[in-house]
Amino acid sequence: MQIIDLESIGLREMNKTLHAQAETTNQTAWEIVNPKGAHAIACGLDAPIEVTVKGSTGYYCAGMNQQATVNIHGSAGPGTAENMMSGKVVIEGDASQYAGATGHGGLLVIKGNASSRCGISMKGINIVVQGNIGHMSAFMAQSGNLVVCGDAGDALGDSCYEARLFVRGEVKSLGADCEKKEMRPEHIEILKDLLEQAGIDAAPEEFTRYGSARNLYNFDVDNAAAY
Amino acid sequence: MNKQDPKRIPNTTPRQSATFSQDVNSDIRRAAATGIYDIRGGGAKRKVPSFDDLLFMGASISRYPLEGYREKCETSVTIGGLHAENPIELDIPITIAGMSFGALSGPAKEALGRGASAAGTSTTTGDGGMTPEERGHSNKLVYQYLPSRYGMNPNDLRKADAIEIVVGQGAKPGGGGMLLGQKISDRVAEMRNLPKGIDQRSACRHPDWTGPDDLEIKILELREITGWKVPIYVKVAGARPYYDTTLAIKAGADAVVLDGMQGGTAATQDVFIEHVGQPTLAIIRPAVQALQDLGMHRKVQLILSGGIRSGADVAKAMALGADAVAIGTAALIALGDNDPKWEAEYNALGTTAGAYDDWHEGRDPAGITTQDPELMKRFDPIEGGRRLRNYLKVMTLEAQTIARACGKNHLHNLEPEDLVALTMEAAAMAKVPLAGTDWYPGKPGTGF
Repeated sequence: MQIIDLESIGLREMNKTLHAQAETTNQTAWEIVNPKGAHAIACGLDAPIEVTVKGSTGYYCAGMNQQATVNIHGSAGPGTAENMMSGKVVIEGDASQYAGATGHGGLLVIKGNASSRCGISMKGINIVVQGNIGHMSAFMAQSGNLVVCGDAGDALGDSCYEARLFVRGEVKSLGADCEKKEMRPEHIEILKDLLEQAGIDAAPEEFTRYGSARNLYNFDVDNAAAY
Repeated sequence: MNKQDPKRIPNTTPRQSATFSQDVNSDIRRAAATGIYDIRGGGAKRKVPSFDDLLFMGASISRYPLEGYREKCETSVTIGGLHAENPIELDIPITIAGMSFGALSGPAKEALGRGASAAGTSTTTGDGGMTPEERGHSNKLVYQYLPSRYGMNPNDLRKADAIEIVVGQGAKPGGGGMLLGQKISDRVAEMRNLPKGIDQRSACRHPDWTGPDDLEIKILELREITGWKVPIYVKVAGARPYYDTTLAIKAGADAVVLDGMQGGTAATQDVFIEHVGQPTLAIIRPAVQALQDLGMHRKVQLILSGGIRSGADVAKAMALGADAVAIGTAALIALGDNDPKWEAEYNALGTTAGAYDDWHEGRDPAGITTQDPELMKRFDPIEGGRRLRNYLKVMTLEAQTIARACGKNHLHNLEPEDLVALTMEAAAMAKVPLAGTDWYPGKPGTGF
């Protein structure tokens, strides 16, 4: 286990050290201590390493992650795992706004609650939230899966495209062109797999699927009232 | 033989209404027939105060000119030296503005790279991400980081020579975009993570930040990911140039790209293009003032875009305080868009060469703003690149010849003192004297 004290070496040196890890590195386990809410911790990683952050983080922790597993033992600030391409990010606490925004791939697990705009404009990422999510989540979500074990706030899935949204609890309101969908066997399988990967004990059958009604996929003036 | 009735009252000549002109009437008829606003590409077509309303004075006795074909006039510019380990070094201060793969064909992007590289300048990606042909043919490539994040990839980010965070665009300050479904080929769909054939909306704001404080942290993230090696530009629409420039500088931008309302776009509402934003002439002085107030003029570079067409425009932008300019629409025309040789086909589309602006429909006869494989075959990227290189060289020569006449051995040495304005409006916007006077509206001490 390699331990980096962020307070003593600073952000640049920390990220430089992590970025220097090659695909074949045998230094696969890293621990960052004293994060103290710093921004851009462990962003831009691109190696199969496991980084554990002991404490809470600021903006954009694990941003654009590729291959790495990042565990945050605390709460995460806005934009955690934004634009993630692959790998895994696990937040033991709560996540602030726009967690997993524009993510193209990989798995983001939030053990606590996520604030507003979770999974906004997601493009293939899988996000599993053990608690609740805030308003305007999955806005313009293109693809991937958003799993919410608790409740969802207002305007869920507004203007979403092909992303699948699974919510176990209540949804305060659905956004434009988002509707309740049939839960078919393939969706149960997807959900089962994601819950298993996230280490969350929940029955897939208890979830409701939401997705695009596809009425607004091609602009038509007769739909103008929906915008 | 017709005899005129002597009692007949003569007709007046039919008179068109200035308010309800033929253009306006056709807009009304189109709206009534379709129930939807007009969407088009390009920039503002209305006449607004512009660089045409400024003149250089040149040198006589009080100023000493340089010899046109003997004495050197430098044109190079360094962008992003403030924070970046590897600032961009350009031979000429004319860059190619961001235009997306998707809006433009792959060969058109290749031609932009070829032409810009031959002229010693940079190109810029767009909403569709980075294509191998563009990276391959552009010696210096600026990677746009856009609200939509279509095609966003950290591997491409690290291949870029600079990153341009797009906050706004001159043609549509505050507006998003839409690439209509008919232009979505398999390749475009794959790059944008969306099914083929559906409209692709580009958001009007970045999904993962909410204001200038977040922008600062976003810049930090991008710098950390790219190891602080490349410059970070921030592109803003020319809406509130003083404040937007100030905030971009405070957020840590290495360069500010400022885009006036004559700037083009792939597709947006005509009403937006014509009625939102400020003319390029009007936005430059407030932006320069912001840089000067913060002690950052010439440290954070100002790149001006929006209807730049000639070396005279380049020289005027430089004289008013810009470090470089960017061209978009002009580059497309140089490649061959709207060329009269396709007149018959433009006519078949209900328009004429020079006025074709339905780029979003994907039926561009020149094969430039399309994804139609048959139309794309018409465009030769090598020839297109050669034409763009020629055009960039001509613009540079023109700007140099003006600068020499003003006694300047570098384009950056041009200054507002070299200019006069032909109209009160231009004098007020550019803060240069009305020709024949030492006065401009708002000049301190004039009572205005």
